[in-house]
Amino acid sequence: MATQHSRSAARLMMAPAVVLLLGWMLIPLSMTLFFSFKKYLPLRGDSMANGLEWVGFANYTRFVGSSAFWPSVQATLTIVGGVLIITVVLGVLLALLLNQPMWGQGVVRILVIAPFFVMPTVSALVWKNMFMDPTNGLLAYLWKFFGTEPIAWLSQASLPSLIMIVSWQWLPFATLILLTAIQSLDGEQLEAAEMDGAPSIKRFWFIVLPHLSRAITIVILIQTIFLLAIFAEIFVTTGGAFGTKTLSYLIFQRVLESQNVGLGSAGGVYAIILANIVAIFLMRIVGKNLDA
Amino acid sequence: MARSVTQNRKIINTAAAWAVGLLIFFPILWTILTSFKTEAQAISDPPVFLAFDWTLENYGVVMERSNYMRFLWNSIVIAGGSTILGIIIAVPAAWSMAFVPSKRTKDILLWMLSTKMLPAVGVLYPIYLLFIKLGLLDTKFGLTIVLMLINLPIIVWMLYTYFKEIPGEILEAARMDGASLKDEVLYVLTPMAIPGIASTLLLNVILAWNEAFWTLNLTAAKAAPLTAFIASYSSPEGLFYAKLSAASTMAIAPILILGWFSQKQLVSGLTFGAVK
Amino acid sequence: MGQIQLNQVTKSFGDVQVIPPLDLTIEDGEFTVFVGPSGCGKSTLLRLIAGLEDITSGHIAIDGTDATDVPPAKRGLAMVFQSYALYPHMSVRKNIAFPMRMAGIDQAEQNRRIDAAAKALNLTDYLDRRPGQLSGGQRQRVAIGRAIVREPAAFLFDEPLSNLDAALRVGMRLEISEMHERLKTTMIYVTHDQVEAMTMADKIVVLRAGIVEQVGSPLELYQRPGNTFVAGFIGSPKMNLIEGPEAAKHDAATIGIRPEHIDISETEGTWQGTVGVSEHLGSDTFFHIQSGLSAEPLTVRAGGERKLKYGTEVFLTPQIEHLHRFDQHGLRIA
Repeated sequence: MATQHSRSAARLMMAPAVVLLLGWMLIPLSMTLFFSFKKYLPLRGDSMANGLEWVGFANYTRFVGSSAFWPSVQATLTIVGGVLIITVVLGVLLALLLNQPMWGQGVVRILVIAPFFVMPTVSALVWKNMFMDPTNGLLAYLWKFFGTEPIAWLSQASLPSLIMIVSWQWLPFATLILLTAIQSLDGEQLEAAEMDGAPSIKRFWFIVLPHLSRAITIVILIQTIFLLAIFAEIFVTTGGAFGTKTLSYLIFQRVLESQNVGLGSAGGVYAIILANIVAIFLMRIVGKNLDA
Repeated sequence: MARSVTQNRKIINTAAAWAVGLLIFFPILWTILTSFKTEAQAISDPPVFLAFDWTLENYGVVMERSNYMRFLWNSIVIAGGSTILGIIIAVPAAWSMAFVPSKRTKDILLWMLSTKMLPAVGVLYPIYLLFIKLGLLDTKFGLTIVLMLINLPIIVWMLYTYFKEIPGEILEAARMDGASLKDEVLYVLTPMAIPGIASTLLLNVILAWNEAFWTLNLTAAKAAPLTAFIASYSSPEGLFYAKLSAASTMAIAPILILGWFSQKQLVSGLTFGAVK
Repeated sequence: MGQIQLNQVTKSFGDVQVIPPLDLTIEDGEFTVFVGPSGCGKSTLLRLIAGLEDITSGHIAIDGTDATDVPPAKRGLAMVFQSYALYPHMSVRKNIAFPMRMAGIDQAEQNRRIDAAAKALNLTDYLDRRPGQLSGGQRQRVAIGRAIVREPAAFLFDEPLSNLDAALRVGMRLEISEMHERLKTTMIYVTHDQVEAMTMADKIVVLRAGIVEQVGSPLELYQRPGNTFVAGFIGSPKMNLIEGPEAAKHDAATIGIRPEHIDISETEGTWQGTVGVSEHLGSDTFFHIQSGLSAEPLTVRAGGERKLKYGTEVFLTPQIEHLHRFDQHGLRIA
């Protein structure tokens, strides 16, 4: 559908974006790969200038062998999975509710979206101190009001607390996408189903939910991209303590806190592999949806 | 649905939706309220909701303690700059993908999105080293470039979905009318895509404004944006709820206000252009 | 000036050749219509002339100079699109001014041409509106206005009337013909509607599967169709085509006879048949007559007053001097 002229123009116009992203991807990636085979402890005098000692796969085996590795993978998957389930389920329910006729729909929508505007450092701090603090937090008052012992959320129930904070941040996004999708549902389809005698539960299950499948896929895809990388929430609340150390956070600690670049880089390669597995899986789904 | 809903039903819906909406909004509301309390009232038992002595004192203290305006300015420059730069680079790329698609277009688009999935920590140290080498550490310029790069795939993706809605015939008409490629993109495509570009811009300003990995790890004092400003309040000695709330409010207010005024574009942008 | 010459032009999309080698000359000032069923390559051909698609091989010359590698903006042609392709963010005035702005024509001259075009197209009152506020017919006029002000070597129309309703279509058809008489500029017009082709063209190019089936004036094509495809495509209602023994009697594989060239009688005639549905148009009546001659019923035109009941037995007599004969390849025999 185009001429040679416009095709070469297209290549030229695509070039800056492609070249930049290629550079952004390949340069640091190859450096990480390089470091992962080296002993590199900057605090002990190792540096690029002095030449780094080749250690083969030692960093890789050490990273996996460390007692922190498997718990971190588990924590990562728990957080990502937990947030996805909560946001999708609540998102669908909320979208159904907001789709009903009501007064002040626009204002309610803004109220629901608002958490998305809050930067992760702020929401983590606010939740940690003003809500989840075991002595002065609002939730502690609530617990005391009902006569039960307040919970030290971030130490006793650290993972659920973290999931709750992150879910609060991402629920608006899920709700909004699902709401947009519900609004695009053809009303006649539902009326036809009603004429066919389907009760509302069945109408939801057989018509609304399948209609939402594409939107749910998109929610899962985009959220996964961001959730695999959550950092500030952990950094600010627990600092990786109490079993909230995700794979990302573990690597962060190896590189910046214990200054073991070689080991951290090996971890980075693992994280990249994990992300790629997820990416390939998700891209397949999105690729299909792109045609639609 | 052309059926009238009973008044009762509508009242129940409204009540339920407002209750849920307020519940979700409550942490933000509570933060804003607390920022106007004294420290004693902020932790009073039982908590006070509105009946307290409203004060601006906390804002004064926060302004004194840290140079808010500098953090704010850094945030504006970094978030705005990275987004505008990203859009300038992404518009031509999205034009190519939307209007001169080839067999590889889809692969390139998916590849771009997949770079977004690379775990940032995996490349933190290399970037850190490169930044030191290039003298970019703790500079607004360096951070602008990094945030532009991490958001570029999303900007390209969104612009692509918006551009695809524009009929190709209009661009062909421009070509027949004697427009060069530059004229076509500048005078025809861009003005037609303004709503989509605005949505893209807004969403990416928010994403960049709230980005809290690179901004925390690549800045120290000079170029630190509001994410770092607020992170400095996580240390225990700074733990005063009222002041924390004031600082938090100051960090999120610009975006909340921006969001309030640009609701329509933002709602469209928030779906990443993926759902119509 | 606006003579357009296509020399051995071909077009392939990937491995699929949509236009086999094609030669065609469109003379200066001529109103040429490309007509054919959908998918026949007529729009592609127009886009090749416009430069919106590359030709795979061959040459295109405009006014004797080779334009094969000239980009669309530089060919000096103007195009009116099926969807009108107006710029929605510009007022009607800005839309019409756009090509002149691109050509760097000075403001005073721009205004003069806009006013002239607006007057000719009845758009004067709408110059400050946006395309979204106009009706389909008005949008069509804006698109034409935008084409006129460039003073192009030739106008290209890509099914410009197909988005209009029937009544408007007839009006616009007249307006475009009127415009051609006034401007005397070369026009190439693509349509799938043979009525538009017949009523507007100086020259019709009938296309099928990228191949030119026949080129000629409307009456030439009507009176002497070169093959069975053109015979069946041009004319409404369609020509009756009869194969088999009846055709063999006339030394042909297929014979064709137009509905107005068959006399109908209730008493005597060459062929016999049963009246099916009759369509009363007031001026004419068309009878669909089931006969043993062909699978499809024969269409016969009679006067507006003529009435025949469904199921009546009738006799038909073709006017021999108007009989078209085609050989086994579908080509016309003398």
